[in-house]
Amino acid sequence: MKRFATYGETLPGVSVEDLSGWLIVVEGTDGVGRTTHVNRLRTHLEQMGYAVAETGLTRSDLASRGIRRAKLGNTLGSNAFNLFYATDFADRLERQIIPALRSGFVMLTDRYTYSLIARAIVRGADPDWIKRVFSFALKPSATFYLRIEVEDLVPRVLSEGGYFDYWESGMDLPMGEDLYESFMNYQRRMIHELDLLSHEYAFQTLDATRKVDDLSDELCDRVSALLAQKRPAAITP
Amino acid sequence: MTQVRTYGQYPSQFPGKLFIVEGIDGSGKSTQLALLAQWLRSQGHLVVYSEWNSSPIVRRTTSFGKKEKLLTPTTFSLIHATDFSDRVERDIVPALKAGAIVLADRYVFTAFARDVARGVGPAWVRSLYRFAVVPTLAIYFRVPLQVALYRILSGRPKLKWYEAGMDLGLHGDVTESYKMFQGRIQDEYERIVNEFGLAVMDATQPVEIQQRAMRQLVLPYVRGEKLPPPPPPGSPIIPPVPRKEVTP
Repeated sequence: MKRFATYGETLPGVSVEDLSGWLIVVEGTDGVGRTTHVNRLRTHLEQMGYAVAETGLTRSDLASRGIRRAKLGNTLGSNAFNLFYATDFADRLERQIIPALRSGFVMLTDRYTYSLIARAIVRGADPDWIKRVFSFALKPSATFYLRIEVEDLVPRVLSEGGYFDYWESGMDLPMGEDLYESFMNYQRRMIHELDLLSHEYAFQTLDATRKVDDLSDELCDRVSALLAQKRPAAITP
Repeated sequence: MTQVRTYGQYPSQFPGKLFIVEGIDGSGKSTQLALLAQWLRSQGHLVVYSEWNSSPIVRRTTSFGKKEKLLTPTTFSLIHATDFSDRVERDIVPALKAGAIVLADRYVFTAFARDVARGVGPAWVRSLYRFAVVPTLAIYFRVPLQVALYRILSGRPKLKWYEAGMDLGLHGDVTESYKMFQGRIQDEYERIVNEFGLAVMDATQPVEIQQRAMRQLVLPYVRGEKLPPPPPPGSPIIPPVPRKEVTP
């Protein structure tokens, strides 16, 4: 049985026929607590005996430094940023995600193409176009969407770092008179786009305003259940 | 808010003109474009040059990926699209708005030919570049493969890994691999010429004859006597439907 397929476009020189493992995506906007939950999930799965690998946005060997440099100043075109993120994603897909799945790992992904599609759309990209760009991505085994309203997001952002981040506030656009205004408008749009994507791609939505422990327990339970029902196909040489 | 416009959306009513040259290595296109630039400047036109793979920010990542041999057909395609997109937004469109003549040595067709020769899906790469401005005139320099190869290889160049298509494993020898890869790229170019209606230059002609032909090709557009044709019907690059603004 074939466990993985892409969204339509094949990757030249890469076979997805022999992949086992699971690709688990955690999605949600900035500051919603994704990293905390991914860490807890990782510990939980490792205790159960699964081999776990992890990736997230801008963690590629190829493009992470370039994207960081580009973010230092508002010096890269807005659409070029969309494609730079796509480059970073493709590099991680081919050089991190696919090899891990081939070895039967549980691959935890802190945000996937969906966040990148959402941020591009908020910045004016044609939705059909950006989805087509990412059509070489693997369909995940499951996508968990940590959902929050922007009003609940503000206290978290301010209590964590103390400031609104330039990019997380969409100040490259910008969408308001100051960081606060822009943050509210930008995040509202991001959440709206993620909501739309959550229906289109059948995310499992989790209420991120709940207590961290409760949410984390539910996430671990759901992933454990998924892993228990779908044993990886035997690997034939 | 600034909209990211796509291929079909960019109208030809920018005051500037965009002339682009395409062809395999050794087709002589760069020489001809440089001569054209000199001539247009001498005629008092404002001329801007745009080269493939030259965005200051993205170029470093591309070189790093090439040096470390990290690039796959997909990331090779995407990083060049990133570079090109940056140049479209930051160089080409503003210059066209300012009324300049923009000359581009290689354009989207280079990606269409080279990436597809690497195994990337033809429809996907065409859709990837939908943000590109439609050129006023695109000229393809047609030359027999052997002639182009002789022009390049007689200089005994040190061919680079990706330049020679070594990532495809066509041949263990760099020069042989380069020849095979250039042949594949040329096949793709020949398809593109018909698909997008590129003007064809006989690149076996002497330099000065070609230059005369090139001036004749661009002059009617520079004088405004001739307008660029719309993208061919049935072209895989489809103008997008205008997006409805969502109110959160």
